[in-house]
Amino acid sequence: MEALDPVVLARLQFAANVTFHILFPTISIAMGWFLLFFKTRFIATGQQHWMDAYQFWIKIFALTFALGVVSGITMSFQFGTNWPGFMNTVGNVAGPLLAYEVLTAFFLEATFLGIMLFGRGRVSESVHTLATWLVALGTTASAFWILALNSWMHTPAGFEMINGQAHVTSWVEVIFNPSFPYRMTHMLLASGLTGSFLLAGISAYRWLKKDQSLAVVVSLRTGVIVAAILIPIQIMVGDLHGLNTLHHQPAKLAAMEGIWETQRGVPAVLFALPDQASQTNKFEVSIPKLASLYLTHDWNGEVKGINEFTDHPPVAPVFWAFRTMVGMGLLMLAVSWFACYELKFKQEVSSLTAKILVAMTFAGWVALVSGWYVTEVGRQPWLVYGLLTTAQAASQAPKANIALSLAMYLTLYAALLSAYVSVVFYLAKKSATVEEKTPLNSLEAQHV
Amino acid sequence: MSDFGIDLATLGGWLPLVFAMVMALSMLAYVILDGYDLGVGSLLESADSVEQKDMMIASIGPFWDANETWLVLGVGVLLVAFPMAHGIILGALYLPVAFMLVALSLRGVAFDFRVKAKAHHRPLWDKVFYIGSSLASLSQGFMLGQLIIGFKQDIAGLFFSALIGFCLLFAYRLLGAGWLIMKSEGALQLKAVRWAQNSLWLTGAGVLAISIATPWVSQRIFDKWFSFPNLLMLLPIPAVTVVLFFVIHRSLMRLPSRFAQGNQYGAAVPFSSTVGIFLLSFYGLAYSLFPWLVIDRINIWQAASAPEALLVIFYGVVVVFPVIIGYTVFAYRVFWGKSTLLNY
Repeated sequence: MEALDPVVLARLQFAANVTFHILFPTISIAMGWFLLFFKTRFIATGQQHWMDAYQFWIKIFALTFALGVVSGITMSFQFGTNWPGFMNTVGNVAGPLLAYEVLTAFFLEATFLGIMLFGRGRVSESVHTLATWLVALGTTASAFWILALNSWMHTPAGFEMINGQAHVTSWVEVIFNPSFPYRMTHMLLASGLTGSFLLAGISAYRWLKKDQSLAVVVSLRTGVIVAAILIPIQIMVGDLHGLNTLHHQPAKLAAMEGIWETQRGVPAVLFALPDQASQTNKFEVSIPKLASLYLTHDWNGEVKGINEFTDHPPVAPVFWAFRTMVGMGLLMLAVSWFACYELKFKQEVSSLTAKILVAMTFAGWVALVSGWYVTEVGRQPWLVYGLLTTAQAASQAPKANIALSLAMYLTLYAALLSAYVSVVFYLAKKSATVEEKTPLNSLEAQHV
Repeated sequence: MSDFGIDLATLGGWLPLVFAMVMALSMLAYVILDGYDLGVGSLLESADSVEQKDMMIASIGPFWDANETWLVLGVGVLLVAFPMAHGIILGALYLPVAFMLVALSLRGVAFDFRVKAKAHHRPLWDKVFYIGSSLASLSQGFMLGQLIIGFKQDIAGLFFSALIGFCLLFAYRLLGAGWLIMKSEGALQLKAVRWAQNSLWLTGAGVLAISIATPWVSQRIFDKWFSFPNLLMLLPIPAVTVVLFFVIHRSLMRLPSRFAQGNQYGAAVPFSSTVGIFLLSFYGLAYSLFPWLVIDRINIWQAASAPEALLVIFYGVVVVFPVIIGYTVFAYRVFWGKSTLLNY
């Protein structure tokens, strides 16, 4: 039975862990910079509401950071336990990149986080601001290294194979491999969007709960405006990333677009049920020739279909994940621009818009995770494109062990995710009902 | 030339040696640093009041995250420098590792949830914190036991590993209690003295069990210890360890009356002596195991990555390590002295 195949189990386990993990750094990378922005505004203007916003959001930042740390530790073990073939084949590339992530990012962010969270009053204000800077830089540096490695797995470069093992010939080519600039930009923008919708959503929630203090207003404005600025850039960068994929991983692109046969004047498929067995799309709704235009910049440009490739990813999951991501992106564009319009011309968002923003608090996660499925499932059956398949790299660990630990992880992640979401909203509700103090090292103040 | 026919003048000779040291030191740093905060966590449910619990958590709050990063570094070095051994070791320890990871996750998040979730959920998150800390300690001890006996999973091997798991839990508690004696005052401090007393002898039993068992695992380790003149040169290790146990015992007897007079002199003795015991045990273990990653099966040279990859990481380590140590020391200095309740 395929479901009991150890490779499938190992993939499920790793996918569950990576999916769970990526939710939190994506927020903390953006939130680190938002906090720095609030703090800098406070120092520049002396206006208390910027500090109030900082004090509220740092709680959510700390919680998010903790979840990112613990799920990240699990990953550092699973690289080896689930994919021993990965390190054996490309360890000379992956090893140093991972090592530099730990050395330059993890210690930096983890150590200065303590000072950032609890050090106000123990260090000078400027040292505290420096700590905030270093935490934000650390989270971003960590994204740099891990995305360099991930991009390399999609578009390997700067190495040669000797006796079945990759040996680096140029580190510049390894790190700045062809898909890295696109993926890095796409991911950082995704982080900014996830963070800004969280900022806007939770602030709209507090607003609706009648906490309409200046701190809430500036958080809401910051979230909405940043989202409105980032989303068109993200759509553009996403398009460029897609063209990069067309060039380097045409099978993935064919799956994203749902194109089975190589043809000219390819339609843009809006809806379809891709069917692997008959290698056709059922119930297809499409716009003629549009895909050729945006992929090749020619109405009659040729695009290769799935059937052209012996190794290609499963079509339906990639096709659907891609549509989910794009759909969510367009929704984000509409909502953030409309909210921006209201803020500009009516000075505040309407209660309907506020409710929509609340519903979209974690919209960034949906787009993010579906985007990751597009790129990661789209790379299959390869783990390192053209070099090593996922099945070759999988571990020979006993099925029962993988199954048992998978069940444990899934239970844990479901519990932690629901606890996280409910506590984030609970913190928002509590701050709306309890008058917020700004404790600075006073023992009787509300301690955290 | 070493005993293993390795030319230490070549890159492939000295780089694995350096990375074995980096890995071992990271693990040592992890065991001591996360050891004390796991110890505090496993004592949490023995506290008398919510205030004591808050104070216990406050004493480790600014540090736990960075402490745990040493584990990532240690395992990271195992993964990137000795990939072959990483697969075998973590494969053999698959389930205890999974338990440890779940436990560490629970403990890490409970730290935040206990003060952020609804007030009536706090006792639940305190329990999660306690269970997570304890289970992580037990799993780590179990893994240490397995490492020492070369991953034998027969009845005797499992029993020995479970025993070490139990003893490491108490060793961490001793560290944690020592930390609390240093960082707290009043009733909690006195309570911590009692916790330390209760943990002391089981810690001793663990050190003893490891010392007795290790030479019997392999003839080679036996010869290393019990040949002349090695035995004489090694004798200070067990001797000083015994003295340190005695020092802690005496200090724990005297401290309560001194604290009662408002005198904090010697409050750091139990913690620093426990760290001393950890250092000596580590040294003894390293001496026994070196250069094997899996006893008598895989040594550091057999498992090492290509020298050119190690060299790239080596440059990073040389530049970044002193910086990491520098700002870690800085962070500890910022929160030096008795803990105060934490707030943002």
